[in-house]
Parts: sequence; C-alpha cells; structure tokens
Amino acid sequence: MATFEPVLLANVGRDDSHTRAVYESTGGYEALRRTLAEMSPADLTELVKASNLRGRGGAGFPTGVKWTFLPKDHPGPIYMCVNADESEPGTFNNRILMEEDPHQVIEGAILSCYATRATTAYIYLRYEYPGSYARLQAAIDECYAAGYLGKNILGSDFSLDMYLHRGAAAYICGEETGLIESLEGKRAWPRIKPPFPAVEGLFHKPTVINNVETMACVTHIARRGADWFKSIGTPADPNNPRDAGSYGPKLYCLSGHVNKPGCYEAPLGITCRELIDNFGGGVWKNRRAKAAVPGGISMGLLTADELDTPLDFSGPGRVGCLGLGTAAVVVLDETVSIVDFLHNSCRFFAHESCGQCTPCREGTAWSLRMLERMRAGRGRLADLDLLLEIGDSIGIMPGTTICGLADGAAWPIKNAIRKFRDEFEDFIRRTNPHGYDVTEPVPALVQLGGH
Amino acid sequence: MGARHPPYLMATAERILTDEMVAAIQALLPRYPTRQAVTLPALHIVNNQLRHVPLAAVVEIAELLELAPAQVQDTLSFYGFFKQDAPHGRTRAWICRSLSCALRGSESLIEHAQQKLGIASGETTPDGRVTLEEAECLGGCDFAPCMLAGGQLHKNLDTAQLDRIIDTWE
Ligand SMILES: Cc1cc2nc3c(=O)[nH]c(=O)nc-3n(C[C@H](O)[C@H](O)[C@H](O)COP(=O)(O)O)c2cc1C
Ligand code: SF4
Repeated sequence: MATFEPVLLANVGRDDSHTRAVYESTGGYEALRRTLAEMSPADLTELVKASNLRGRGGAGFPTGVKWTFLPKDHPGPIYMCVNADESEPGTFNNRILMEEDPHQVIEGAILSCYATRATTAYIYLRYEYPGSYARLQAAIDECYAAGYLGKNILGSDFSLDMYLHRGAAAYICGEETGLIESLEGKRAWPRIKPPFPAVEGLFHKPTVINNVETMACVTHIARRGADWFKSIGTPADPNNPRDAGSYGPKLYCLSGHVNKPGCYEAPLGITCRELIDNFGGGVWKNRRAKAAVPGGISMGLLTADELDTPLDFSGPGRVGCLGLGTAAVVVLDETVSIVDFLHNSCRFFAHESCGQCTPCREGTAWSLRMLERMRAGRGRLADLDLLLEIGDSIGIMPGTTICGLADGAAWPIKNAIRKFRDEFEDFIRRTNPHGYDVTEPVPALVQLGGH
Repeated sequence: MGARHPPYLMATAERILTDEMVAAIQALLPRYPTRQAVTLPALHIVNNQLRHVPLAAVVEIAELLELAPAQVQDTLSFYGFFKQDAPHGRTRAWICRSLSCALRGSESLIEHAQQKLGIASGETTPDGRVTLEEAECLGGCDFAPCMLAGGQLHKNLDTAQLDRIIDTWE
C-alpha cells in the first residue's frame, strides 16, 4: 500500500488545533459550504453510501444505508444523536477527536444532519470527559457565531440546533436505545428493536445515531469523495456477497503492556501485531505478549498466535472474537494471569448491566462471584463449564437479552476459557488442592440460592 | 412555559434549589420537546452545587419539570453517580480500575489511596475533604493508570505522584 497520510489526526498536535481558526486554516468547513451550495441531502446520502463507510461505534453498520431507513417525506422533526458516550474499556479515540479537533466532528455532524434532514442534534457525552465537554461547547459556540449552526446555515434554507447532553457514568448509555432513554430523562434501559430508532427513536421521532469518529469520517468523505475513502482499507471479499468491506482510515487505540500506548491512525486492516510493533514500540519490558483484546474488552481475546489477525470488520471474527468493536487493542504480557483478566472483565459487566434482562443481570453477577471465589482459592474445575454455560446463553445472539451488553460480557468468558483452559485448570488445581474436583454446589450457592 | 409555583416552593426559607439553580434548569427547557428530558441536566446542576441531590431537591425538580417525584427519583437511582444521603467530599476522586489501568498498577494505587485517606472506596473522609471512588474505564488508557479528580484527568500516576496530588486538595 502507498504511504498512508493520517487525515483524522492530521491536525492533532498543532497549536490550538481545537479552534475554528486553525481548523479553517486547513480547509475546515469548506466541505460544508460546498455541500450546502451544490448537493441535495439525497446526493450527500448517496455519497456516504457509495463510500461504504461503516459505523465506528462498534457494530460496523453501513452509515449511508442506516440513513436511508428514515421514513421518506416525514413531517419531522428528525433527530440526530452523536454517540459520545465512549465507555468501552480500552477506548479513547473519540476523546482525542473531541478534545483536539472538535470542529472536524461537528462539521461531520452538521453534514450528517443535512443529509438526514435532522433539525436538532444532541451530542450525548459521557460525564467523565470534562475536557471534551469544554472543547465541544466552545466549538459549538464558535459555530453559532459563524453561522454554521442556527437558522439558515450559510444562507441556505437548512437550519440546525446542536446541544451537548452529559451522561452520568453509566456504560449502558452508549447502547443506542439506552442513550435515547437516558436523553429522555429516564433510566437507561435499552429498548426492544424493532422499532429501530430510524423509525421511532428519540421522543418517538425518527432518529439517527452515529459515533463521533463516524462523524469525522463523513467530513472527509464530503471533502475528498467516496473513491478516496474506498482507496483505503480492506476491500470486500468478492466471494462473500454479504461482506461490505472495511474501507477508510481508522483510529486504533493501543494500551496495556506496550512501550508507547496511544491513539494511532492507520488504514482499516492493519494487523494487531503491526499495531503493537510499528506504532506501540513493541511489548514493554522486553516481554512477550500473551494475549490482546482486539477491540475493547467486549470483543474477547486474541492469543499470542493470533496477533497477525487483521483489525478490520471481518478479521477478529475469524478467530472466534466477537468483532472489531471499537478497534481498541489492550495488550497483556506473559506475566498476566488470565484468571485476573477475566475477573476484571466480569467485574466490569456485572457493574454495568442495566439489570433489565434476567439472563444478563444474573449471568454477569454470578460470573463475577465465581471469579471472585476462584481468585480466593476456592475454585472448582466444574466452575469452568458453569461459566461457559453462562457465556453461551446470555446475549442477543442466543436470543435471551434485549441488548448487546450481554454478548460483550459473554465473549471474554468464552474466549478466555476456551483459549486458555489449561491455565484456568492449573490455577484451580494449584490454589484449591483439596477442593478442585468437588462438584456439589458450594455452600455459598446453597445459602444464596432461594429468592 | 415558566415554573408553576406550588405553595411550598414559595416558602423560600425551605427551598433547596436556589434561584440560580432554578434559572439554570429553566434555561434548558427550550432545548428539548419534553420537560422530562431536562431531568439529568437538572440533577447535574443541583449536584454541582450541593455535591448530592437530597430527596427534597428531587421533589422540587419534579415540580419544575411537571413530573411525579418518583419519576425523577427513578432516574436518579439508576445512575450510581448522584449521592443522596450526604454530600460527597469537596474533592471527588475517581481512580480507574478497568483493564488498561489494572494492567499498569491501578489496584495498588487504589489501596494506597484508601490507606492514606483512611477510608474504603465509596466513602468520604470524616472532615468532608475527599470522596474516593473506583471508576470503570475513564477513557484515559493511553495514560494508565489514571484518575479523574477536580475536573481533571491525572495521568500516568504512581503512588508518590498520587500523594502529592491528594495533598493539594483542600
Ligand atoms: C453495551 C453497548 C455499549 C455501546 N457503547 C457505545 C459507545 O459508547 N459509543 C458508540 O458510539 N457506540 C456504542 N455502542 C454502539 C451503539 O449502540 C450504536 O451501534 C452506535 O452508536 C452507532 O453508531 P455508528 O453506526 O456510527 O457506529 C454500544 C453498544 C452496546 C451494545
Ligand atoms: S442485555 Fe443486559 S444491559 Fe442490555 S438491556 Fe438486558 S440487562 Fe440491560
């Protein structure tokens, strides 16, 4: 591949990269100007569709296609929600965009509203990002002052209001219908779909929900065209008609046991090993990698032997992971206990389950309790199959839960135990020499069993 | 538009929400087609000032938003974020415990902070100076281990730096 020039991070590192003046000095808002003057909303939707942009928030759904699910000729209002809840462990690329180059995100959001005829946009921002809050609010204020937001934008008949809405430290608010419920002022209980938000979403109106990085990609597609976007990344597999390909630049997050953690931009499809070695300076302390999370902990685990997996929308799935997710790689060196990893993951999901579906609420809570018992030296080999039973039975995929949080909770359990079973068994035998093969219910389970 | 004024809201001596809070909440109403959507922003406005949202404030927010108090309380209680019985400390410190920070030593940072402050996670020092919290991923994984406190992300912490930061809190 020809040398790759970062576009999403091009301005990051410049002095005052967060200001409108600096953004405009590198071509910012020219795409908005040109689009409003020359393109219809339908043209812009077609352009985004033609680019094959897939959402960067985790599910990888084609953005232009999602926009066409909005009802035609709806009297309105149509709402746009920019998903800035970014709470998947290991993920911080949205934060960098919002803090260092917020106008790039806002230009994409304005363009997306134009394409979808949305007249109000809410940016749902996680509370724990005070820096992003300040920068986004300042950028929105600058846009109103410049006539990029408000009534009759740049003299057109397109009007748009944009508001920041802060969350309150709950991961589930990143799930699109949890986000909607939270924005409406209710508990963030995800909704059963259908109806999908495009048909009935925020305030019961047609609603588009897109991730922050997706918005930034729209800016560059409007600026450089669909062909440019499709010249980057992994083409669709010609033998698989359902593969939409993995096009465009991507922001990869790299953290954990590497020499240089950070957010790096590369064409979609870079391998996990290339990311670790070429960008991250390799595994720290001259150690070897034992495993890596491919795209936020919800996606499961790659073993050391699977690090050549391409980080595109299809790669992680081929080695048993849930998917690309947020493309946030977390590296575990050879000293890490997989039991500790799984405990950390189970604790997260038990804490963040919204509690609405029994399989998710109980499954995440009991898996945490089992991992706690295991770490305390009272694990039993039979626990591993119990954990797998939970992992195999909670989630949208087996059909037992309303949202994908449960699938994300299940995948680390399934991958860790199936890919590192020997280590779990050794740990249990070593730490519980007199009880590792007990199969009766443990006393605590008996006592807590009845409701 | 405009707040209704039920009798007890007029009794200013007993009101928990100040005029400034009420004005800030009302200023947000035009942004949303329903009053209920202002629930979370209203809770933040009160919490920023009072460092908790007592039940009496919930009742007043409900009046302003024309909701049943139980609706506001339902939303509040969903988020572990808003304390209700007593204010959190003058500084609320969130140390991240999720994977990237755990891999780089956040567990020992949390233990260190607990010992130095003499409290467990979730508690407030008796002098009301600090509330210590364990956070799930703060999105600062490139700077692990990290802590959010005083509206600022503290990066790449070790125990010595943590000590110095804690000592600056009033
Ligand atoms: C439990 C859960 C948490 C999620 N958190 C986020 C998030 O923080 N940010 C995000 O953009 N998408 C998140 N998503 C995905 C959203 O539901 C949705 O697919 C996405 O925002 C759509 O935007 P995109 O098409 O631009 O990717 C989450 C999904 C689930 C199931
Ligand atoms: S799967 Fe879990 S998080 Fe999602 S709606 Fe059900 S209980 Fe809530």
